[in-house]
Amino acid sequence: MMDILVVLENKSGSIHRMSLEAISGAQQIGEECGLSVGILALGENASALAADASQYSVEEVLYLENENLNSYTADGYSAAVAQVISAENPHYVFFGHTYQIRDYVPRISAKLKRPFLNDVVSYTVDGGKPTFYKQSFNSKLVSELQTSGDGPVLVSFQSAAYSSENIQNGSASTRSVNVDLDASVIKTTPEEPFQKEAGGVDLSKADLIVSIGRGIGKEENIPLVQELAKVIGAELASSRPVVDSGWLPSHHQVGSSGQTVAPKLYLALGISGAIQHVVGMKGSKNIVVINKDPDAPLFEIADYGVVGDILEIIPKLTEALNG
Amino acid sequence: MKICVLVKQIPGSEATFNVTPDGRWIQESGLPFEMNESDIYALEEALQIREKMGEGEVFVVTLGPDRCQKTIREALAKGADRAIHIKEEAPFCTDPLTIASVFTQVIREENPELVLSGLQSDDLGFGQTGVLIGEMLGMTTATLVVATEIQDEDIRVKRELEAGWFQWQTMKLPASLAIQSGLNTPRYPSLRGIMTARKKEIKDVSFNDLRNVDFLQSFKKLSIQHAEKHTEMIEGSVDEIVSKLVNVFKNEIRIN
Ligand SMILES: Cc1cc2nc3c(=O)[nH]c(=O)nc-3n(C[C@H](O)[C@H](O)[C@H](O)COP(=O)(O)OP(=O)(O)OC[C@H]3O[C@@H](n4cnc5c(N)ncnc54)[C@H](O)[C@@H]3O)c2cc1C
Repeated sequence: MMDILVVLENKSGSIHRMSLEAISGAQQIGEECGLSVGILALGENASALAADASQYSVEEVLYLENENLNSYTADGYSAAVAQVISAENPHYVFFGHTYQIRDYVPRISAKLKRPFLNDVVSYTVDGGKPTFYKQSFNSKLVSELQTSGDGPVLVSFQSAAYSSENIQNGSASTRSVNVDLDASVIKTTPEEPFQKEAGGVDLSKADLIVSIGRGIGKEENIPLVQELAKVIGAELASSRPVVDSGWLPSHHQVGSSGQTVAPKLYLALGISGAIQHVVGMKGSKNIVVINKDPDAPLFEIADYGVVGDILEIIPKLTEALNG
Repeated sequence: MKICVLVKQIPGSEATFNVTPDGRWIQESGLPFEMNESDIYALEEALQIREKMGEGEVFVVTLGPDRCQKTIREALAKGADRAIHIKEEAPFCTDPLTIASVFTQVIREENPELVLSGLQSDDLGFGQTGVLIGEMLGMTTATLVVATEIQDEDIRVKRELEAGWFQWQTMKLPASLAIQSGLNTPRYPSLRGIMTARKKEIKDVSFNDLRNVDFLQSFKKLSIQHAEKHTEMIEGSVDEIVSKLVNVFKNEIRIN
C-alpha cells in the first residue's frame, strides 16, 4: 500500500521530465509528512518504464499494460487510471502538469468525485498534512487550496515546482496491475503525432533576445521592435497572443507551447508574465522587463525592471544604441 | 447542429488586485472585466461551424454575477442565438466539480451535440470545466484543440501537444472541446449585431437552486505573489531610463 501514487507520462519511451519532478516532489512531501510513495506506469512498454522508475527511492512501482492503452486517448487513460486509484486507494495521486494531464485527469476527478488540484506550485506542511498552493488571477495571486471529503486527492505540479535533480535513488520492487477496460470505452481514434516543420530561427541558441507581448498594441508597431532587435543584433521573440493575432509567425513564440530559451539577455517588452510564458524563458541569464503595469508578474523574476510605456521607450532606445 | 459555448467574464490582465478582508476573493470595484481570451476563440469556432454547415444554433452559457450581462451581450452581438445566465453572487464558487455539475444540469436539458469552451479561465486557472462537463454528460472530450472538422457522426480535431507537436484525432459526437487560443480570427460585433443582440433571449437561472453537491475544493486564502529575485528598478524620465538601460546593456550585461 502506498499513500502517494505518482502517475508517469510516457514521453517517446522515457519518463517525462515533469513526471520526474512529480516523483521528486512526492519524495519530499512523503518524507515531511511520513507518507509512503509509489509509482504507476501505463501504456505501451509500461514495464520498461517501470524498470526505469524502480531505480528511485519509493515503495513500489506498478505497471499497467493493456492493448486498449497502447495509444493515448483520454477515454482509455481516464478509465484505467481511475480503476487503479480505486483499487490502491492512496491519499494523494500526483502528476506533472503536462498537456496530457490537462486532457484526461479532470475526467478521473469526475469519475471518482474527488478534487483535482491542478498546476500546483508549492506546499506547506501543518500537522503532518500538506496544503497546496496554485497561481491564480493571471499569475498575480497565489491561492491556498482547501479540500474536503474522504478519499484520494489528485494533484498536478507546475513545471519546475520541484527539481528532478533532487530525486533520491534507491531500489523498488515492481508489480503488474490489471484493469477491466473494454474496447467500446474508447470512442476516440488518434492519428500519428507530427511536428510542424521547423521554420525560422532556433531561439534556444540565441544569445540576445528582444521579446514582445500584447503590450506592443498592434501589428503596425512590429517594425519598431524589429529595428531595436537589429541594432543590438538580437533575435526577435514573442508571447503567444502576438502569434495568435498573426503579427509574427509561430516560430517566434516562447513558452510552454513555443520555444524554451536561455539567452544572456531577455528583454521583455509588454509581456505580463503568465506562467506559460515564464516556463519558456525563466532560465535566461539577465531578464530586463519593461511594462507599464508595476504589478506585472514578470517583474518577480526580472533582474532589471522599468515601469513605463514601451511605445515611448523603444524608439529612443533604438536611437541611443545606434549612436 | 446545436452548439453550446461556455463563456466567462474575468478581470483584465492589467488589473491591480487587492484581496478582500476574508482573503477569499478580490476586491472587484473599479476593476475592468472582459471576456476570457480562449472563450473568444471558442465562440468564434462555434459561429464558424454553424456558418459552414449552413444550419444550427449556437447558445452561450455563462456563470457569474450581474456584471456578466455585458459579456453575454457581446457574445450575442457577435452572433450567438441566445444565452443562459447562471447567476451567482459573491462569495463565488471555486470548486471545479461543483461548477461543472451546475453547468451539466443546464446543458443536459438542451442536449447539444457539441460543447465548446476556452481551455482555461485566466482568473481561477483550473482548465477543467469543459472536460468535467464532457465526462459528466458521457461525451468524448479533447483539450488544446486548434482545429475542428465535422464529419457526419464524428468530429476530427487537431490537438496541440508540447514543444511544437500536434495530433489529429477523430471523436464520436457528442463531444466537449476545450479550445486553445489562436485557431481562428475572432470577429468584432457588427453594428447590426449589437442592435439585434438587444432582442435576443437571455434566460436567467440561479446557481444556488442548481447546486446539488458539496464543495470538494475551494480557495481558502488568496495572497499577493512575492518576488523571487532582487530586481533593480530603473526610474526617471524616458530619456534617463533610456540612458540607464544603455549603460546596463553595455556595461553590466555586456551585450557586445
Ligand atoms: C496551455 C497553454 C499554453 C500556453 N502557451 C503559451 C506560450 O507558449 N507562450 C506564451 O507567451 N503564452 C502562452 N499561453 C498564454 C498565456 O497564458 C498568456 O495568456 C500570455 O503569455 C499573455 O501574453 P502577454 O503577456 O503578451 O499578454 P497580456 O497578458 O495581455 O499582457 C500584456 C502586458 O503588456 C503590458 N502593456 C500594455 N501596453 C503597454 C505599453 N504601451 N507599454 C508597456 N507595457 C504595456 C500590460 O501591462 C500587460 O502586462 C498559454 C496558455 C495556455 C493555457
